[in-house]
Amino acid sequence: MEIRRRKNQIEISELDPFLSELLRQIPASANTQGAHAAEQRIFSAPAKGKEAELCAEWKMYVEPELRRLFQSATQTVGSDLEQLNGNEKSLANRTLRIPTKHADAWLSALNQARLVIAAKNNFTELELNDHLRSPIGSRRDLSLFQVNFYGFLQEFILRELEC
Amino acid sequence: MSVEPLWTEVAGPIITGIGMLPKNTAPSTIGAPTIEKETRAEEALDLPWHVVVHNDPVNLMSYVTMVFQRVFGYPRDKAERHMLEVHHKGRSILWSGMREPAELYVQQLHGYLLLATIEKIA
Repeated sequence: MEIRRRKNQIEISELDPFLSELLRQIPASANTQGAHAAEQRIFSAPAKGKEAELCAEWKMYVEPELRRLFQSATQTVGSDLEQLNGNEKSLANRTLRIPTKHADAWLSALNQARLVIAAKNNFTELELNDHLRSPIGSRRDLSLFQVNFYGFLQEFILRELEC
Repeated sequence: MSVEPLWTEVAGPIITGIGMLPKNTAPSTIGAPTIEKETRAEEALDLPWHVVVHNDPVNLMSYVTMVFQRVFGYPRDKAERHMLEVHHKGRSILWSGMREPAELYVQQLHGYLLLATIEKIA
């Protein structure tokens, strides 16, 4: 896989079918439905302790806004990822081009996906810092690889935004 | 190392807000408004609030730094100091002031998926 900036696009080329599939899974991975721990993390309380009134108002007025914001980001990413659709049986490498104006949506969706996967798997800090762990193994190992791969993309996009 | 917010930062948004108040240029044709009595204690309204960001092992350090720069307009070195305080001490006070802007800051931080809360200054 190669990743580079080309004018107003971030180009990820030489994507093998495995990494293409991981990218295609971003919107689904960011979905909190049915996962209480993930829902709790993505829509965390605005105060701790005695601020019950604030928390209730937050749930009623702020949370729907946040849901719309996150949904908009994953939809943008989903539409960019349509470039990877095609012949599912083909083992040819693919190229994905992300317009730089979509960079914020990608940062948001990647972050949300990482948080949701981590919450669903209840990863420890130790596991999250173990970047040398092999992706070949359990479903848990694969999820950890996914979190690290999305983190790598986030880092690259952040670096490009700073340029 | 302490990165407690300066009180000049607290006054910033409030002073800016004054300039946005509409000027009373023409006499009103409607009756005097009914002023609802504030039910919350005056003391509770006046107490300043902290905007606190809590540690999260998933969020990238570079991402958290960028969010602090964007939301609070902090220069990179200051944003990094706060990020490191969150990382090492588990939390950092990013801003202090009145409740309404504090809530707006927390809302923005949640929009970036950071763990943030408001806390009444004891």
